[in-house]
Amino acid sequence: MNQWKNFSKGFIKENPVFVLLLGMCPTLGVTSSAINGLGMGLATTFVLLMSNIVVSLIKSQIPDKVRIPSFIVIIAAFVTVVQLVMQAYVPELYKSLGLFIPLIVVNCIVLGRAEAFASKNNLVTAAVDGLGIGLGFTFALVLLGGIRELLGSGKLFDIIIYSENYVTLLFVLAPGAFIVLGYLIAIINRIKKD
Amino acid sequence: MNYLVIVIGAILVNNIVLMQFLGICPFLGVSKRLSTAVGMAGAVAFVMVLATIVTYLIQVFILDAFGLAFLQTIAFILVIASLVQLVEIILKKVSPALYQALGIFLPLITTNCAILGVAILTIQKEFNLVEGVIFAVSNAIGFGLALLLFAGIREHLDLQSVPKGLKGTPIALITAGILAMAFMGFSGLV
Repeated sequence: MNQWKNFSKGFIKENPVFVLLLGMCPTLGVTSSAINGLGMGLATTFVLLMSNIVVSLIKSQIPDKVRIPSFIVIIAAFVTVVQLVMQAYVPELYKSLGLFIPLIVVNCIVLGRAEAFASKNNLVTAAVDGLGIGLGFTFALVLLGGIRELLGSGKLFDIIIYSENYVTLLFVLAPGAFIVLGYLIAIINRIKKD
Repeated sequence: MNYLVIVIGAILVNNIVLMQFLGICPFLGVSKRLSTAVGMAGAVAFVMVLATIVTYLIQVFILDAFGLAFLQTIAFILVIASLVQLVEIILKKVSPALYQALGIFLPLITTNCAILGVAILTIQKEFNLVEGVIFAVSNAIGFGLALLLFAGIREHLDLQSVPKGLKGTPIALITAGILAMAFMGFSGLV
């Protein structure tokens, strides 16, 4: 398979958020700013990449019947690594992402890629796939977070773009997440059709 | 009084789906018909309460007792996954009728972040066992409430003429946004 195609499919064509509609909880939960989206996206990308690599390496050792629990243990181990590293080096980001870091374990994207892709492909292909899907997820989160931050607090990556007097606070609150994502998916559907 | 604050807080003010964004996948996935939504809400309530009790006991008697708190994520997800399997097997034997109603939803629940989320929140908020159970029950009711409201709206939505680009998921998400806006009216209640 063409590795570039394999890598780039995660951005639009098979974007986990906009097209496959997976991993909705962190997508909606942490995207009140672009920075949070970026942090969450990169944390998930790391877990996705590592779990894809390990699953693809030991796929022949895992008995078929217990493969899902084994995948979950592998994923949970890497999530714990991310949790401990973030707690130590970026405690503020860790705090603002809160509950959603341990919840990467139950993010359907990660388990989905392990089951549907990494357990059937070789190391390089699986790693490229993990990286591509992970960065596609990050792209979606940063886009959503950026739009919400811009409309809701007049900033982008914490840089003030326009005065706070004109912001629509609703967009950084819970309803804004649903509404912005709804319109984004509609736009992506439109782009995909052309 | 303290218990009442937990109940109202979990059901209305910090609704688990609409305010905390946990369990969005089943919220969007099984809300197309009211009858399946009822089944899912029942299955989630059942597992959520059970999982919160079991994970609480594990946290106190195993993880905290032996200084293994960093294994929380791995331990909890394994417990929940095996618990779901166990519930499935027991239900099949003991109550085939209930199994018929909840059966197909049970495997989906392992990867429902609401279950793991409530289990971790119970520990983070430093509740005792009674408070934890009340917290889990209230969150289950909150999940059911949001899911049933949303399913009812979506059944009506099918009959409306929606702009072509917004058909399907986009209009569902925007509807959920408006529903969340309504729930924001409860903020400040507790």
